[in-house]
Amino acid sequence: MSGFKEIADMPPPASTTGVVGWVRQNLVSTPMNTFFTFIGLYLIYLLLPPVLDWAIFSATFSGEDGAACTGTGACWAFVRARITLFIYGFYPSEEYWRMNLVFALLAITFVPQFFDAFPYKKWFGIFSLTGFPFISFYLISGDILGLAHVETESWGGLSLTLILSFVGIIAALPFGVLLALGRRSNMPIIRTMCIIFIELWRGVPLISVLFMASVMLPLFLPEGVTFNKLLRAMIGIVMFQSAYMAEVIRGGLQAIPKGQYEAASALGLSYWKSMTFIIMPQALKLVIPGIVNTFIALFKDTTLVLIIGLFDVLGSVQSAIVDPAWRGVSTEGYVFAAFCFWVFCFGMSRYSMALERKLHTGHKR
Amino acid sequence: MSATATNIQSSPDGNNFAIEIKGMHKWYGQFHVLKDINLEVKQGERIVICGPSGSGKSTMIRCINRLEEHQQGQIMVQGIELTDDLKKIDEIRREVGMCFQHFNLFPHLTVLENCTLAPIWVRKMPKAEAEEVAMSLLERVKIPDQAAKFPGQLSGGQQQRVAIARSLCMNPKIMLFDEPTSALDPEMIKEVLDVMVELANEGMTMLCVTHEMGFAKMVADRVIFMDVGQIVEENNPHEFFDNPQHDRTKLFLSQILDH
Repeated sequence: MSGFKEIADMPPPASTTGVVGWVRQNLVSTPMNTFFTFIGLYLIYLLLPPVLDWAIFSATFSGEDGAACTGTGACWAFVRARITLFIYGFYPSEEYWRMNLVFALLAITFVPQFFDAFPYKKWFGIFSLTGFPFISFYLISGDILGLAHVETESWGGLSLTLILSFVGIIAALPFGVLLALGRRSNMPIIRTMCIIFIELWRGVPLISVLFMASVMLPLFLPEGVTFNKLLRAMIGIVMFQSAYMAEVIRGGLQAIPKGQYEAASALGLSYWKSMTFIIMPQALKLVIPGIVNTFIALFKDTTLVLIIGLFDVLGSVQSAIVDPAWRGVSTEGYVFAAFCFWVFCFGMSRYSMALERKLHTGHKR
Repeated sequence: MSATATNIQSSPDGNNFAIEIKGMHKWYGQFHVLKDINLEVKQGERIVICGPSGSGKSTMIRCINRLEEHQQGQIMVQGIELTDDLKKIDEIRREVGMCFQHFNLFPHLTVLENCTLAPIWVRKMPKAEAEEVAMSLLERVKIPDQAAKFPGQLSGGQQQRVAIARSLCMNPKIMLFDEPTSALDPEMIKEVLDVMVELANEGMTMLCVTHEMGFAKMVADRVIFMDVGQIVEENNPHEFFDNPQHDRTKLFLSQILDH
């Protein structure tokens, strides 16, 4: 016993840390690994130069019509010429400032919320869910304070995609929470109603929901009663996505140990208080990947409004491609649309990862 | 307000019992877990409940704050009868604190938030006051320096002490402990027992399911032995350990004491 002496902490061997350590561990740790590293490098060598050549070096960036694009590269002049259509749809050009103002407002309200140090996060958060949607709606639709009215038929392009997904995301989450709670409720009537709702909406494709909303629903409504096509599409999307959201959240609820419910009850917290402060924060945190997955799916599903005659960003690209002035140019438009979707989806994905890290409080061992 | 002052008072209907259980039965489906439980607990009394696993001891104390529902008989807590009435259940839960075997702290809240949540939202206490109370209780369980940490960053013993502080923040008149040291490493059991002994010495009414016989000998006014859903024997600790009446009790004691 007297021979025991505590050894001071020592740094790990230099070959296991830093750049050298990373390369050793990840690229050349075994002969197989080394082999795949070289295969990967070779593939990059094969693919990257032609892609860069098409997209940048041989591309045409300006021109009046299809005749300008004579090179072998991409015809970005087409995207440049039609960019307002892709972003604003058929929104009247003299009112673009209103849409721009909404975009600016969106950036101003949401970007600061991503920074921890920002002091008014809570107020910006409340505004983004309450004031912002209303102000945006009246700005875009007009017919108030002397702003000209713009029919929803003229809304389109990327702005329509964003409007549909914003409304879908903001509404589907609370509905999903309520449906998930309802499905786990002890009250048989509420539980049955929630199960029926969820299974009904989950059991049909979104495309048929939209089709029903746009074509069938007016047939069932009494004579003279109509309501807006965009609104009907929105309701369809929200119902559909909240059913999916409910099941994602239910997964989170089931992962919360019984002890959490018991501790909350033992402290005297009522059902709604324990859900609000104890259960939901933990359940939602657990299923952030699933929630964001649903959001991303929703964002991309908005393209389906095309079949009921609404033109989102993909729809406007398709309508521009048939223009005879730009004969033979189509890939560039689709690449642009894909890029728009990718930017937003990737942004959501990164944000969710940052959120997971931030909310991780070290209880998982 | 100290716990001592409130505990000596008698309950509203004039008798001096903190808890009265009369002819209580409970079933899980077909399984008869608790059979004819009769128990009276005076204000300020400290009771230790022991027995083999599956004997119904946890279920019994969990009936007292309605985490489990009894199907027959009567339970009165601070003179209020436990029924389906949600208002009465809430009223009783406000007066009865509970500590669990697995602590059940809220992992997404800091230690301080764990302690202030219920006072703020159930007792409607202003936040500053709730934090003050919480800090003084965290000091009492000797971990005020951990207030800003999350439960996952604490040791088991520290977590259980936070759980005790969290219950005390509601200023309960009765504390229930459901095997509070069973999930702890031997080195941490003592720090939790010290807090519990201190609490007992201050006159808190306590019902404690535990196998810590040293604790029972030191603080308990009465030891209850349960088996197969019934109270087999109850006595003061001195008589209970030195002169057990029933064979089942003798067997149990020989198994937990002589090893």
